[in-house]
Parts: sequence; C-alpha cells; structure tokens
Amino acid sequence: MIFDIIIYIFLGIGVFFNVLAGVGLLRFPDVYTRLHAGTKCTTFGSIFLIGSVILIGLKMWWDGNVNGSVLSIHSIFALIAILLTNPVGAHAIARAAHRSGVMPAKAVVDDLKEKPVKKSVRRKTSTKTTINKEVGGQ
Amino acid sequence: MIEFFNQYLIVLIALLLCIIMSILRVVFGPTIPDRVVGIDTINTIVIVGMVIFGAAYEEVIYIDVAIVYALLSFVSTLFIAKYLEGGEF
Repeated sequence: MIFDIIIYIFLGIGVFFNVLAGVGLLRFPDVYTRLHAGTKCTTFGSIFLIGSVILIGLKMWWDGNVNGSVLSIHSIFALIAILLTNPVGAHAIARAAHRSGVMPAKAVVDDLKEKPVKKSVRRKTSTKTTINKEVGGQ
Repeated sequence: MIEFFNQYLIVLIALLLCIIMSILRVVFGPTIPDRVVGIDTINTIVIVGMVIFGAAYEEVIYIDVAIVYALLSFVSTLFIAKYLEGGEF
C-alpha cells in the first residue's frame, strides 16, 4: 500500500517537471535560458519517472514475477544513459550557439568574445613549436 | 488486457502535451540552436515515454529500445552541434 503511494508520488513529480520543461521551452526569451529549462527540468523529471518504473519492477519481483527484476535493471541502465548523455549534449549545443554568434536577449557586452581567437593563436604556435622540435631532433 | 484509464495513460498524455509544446518551439524558433534545443528535449521525453510504455505492458524490449535510442540521439546531437560550430570533422 505504501509502495503504491510512493510510486504515484514519483510519477506526479516527474510529470510535473516534464510539463514545466515544456512551458519553459515555450516562454523563455533566449537560446540559453531555453536550454536551461529544456535540459535540467527534463533530466530531473526523467530521474523520478524512471525511478518509479524501477520501484514498479521491484514490486513485481517481490510479488513473485521474475520479469520484474529484468525490468528494473534495464531501467537503471536507461537512467544511467540519460544522466551521462544529457548534460554533455546541452554543453555542446550551448558552445555551438555561442560560437555561431547567437547573443543572449538584452545583452550589451559579451565577455567571452575573445576566447576563440586566443585558442586559434595558441594552436598555431603549438604546431610551429612541434615542427621545430621535429626538425631539430632530426 | 489492461484497463484503459490507468495511471500510465495519464502520464503518457502529459508527456505528449510536453512533446507538442517542444514541436511548437521547433516550428517557430527564431534561430537554428532553438530548433536543436527542441529536438533534444523531444528525444529525452521520447526515451522516458518508452520506459513507461515498457512498464505498462510489462515488456522489457521497449526499455532496450530506449537505451539504444538514448545513445544514438546523443551522437546525433553532438554532430549537429559540431556542424553549427563550423569546425572540422
């Protein structure tokens, strides 16, 4: 009985945060804030939804169904896949948006503007030094 | 045969509502990274929906499909980001 109540509470929390992610994705004014809403809220909601599925599998296993343990373990692997891949994808999208010149809403000064130039200069100098080292070594 | 109006159907309808809001962002997005953000959100919600679908029908094969879908959508998101960045592959 208490197990069912915990499962329903987890389902409610997960659905609430996923719908919140959709509303934030519609209402925010900017790429970065939309990314903030659409990634963090979805990750948090999916933790609770897949956690409820894990509890459902454990309850099936407790009731004597062997299929429930397989359901629970595979759900844990799906949760690990989401937790590993979702922040990395969000970081890649944010870096690509900044490099392609999308500014935040109502932004005047961009503090990170000089970073790609420095990186390209550093890369050029590093290749030159490696070439010189190779020539000197020969 | 499971009964029609159970808790899984309500959860999946709410997730479908969220997918529809993300599709609106994909259609009306002003810039290209907005559309990519919408696609990424749709991918995560589809993974969660597949897991809940597997729990509703007590089938494990849907959850295996969800794991493979998660890894493939991660690779596709990284490639789209690399293309937007204008870097070399």
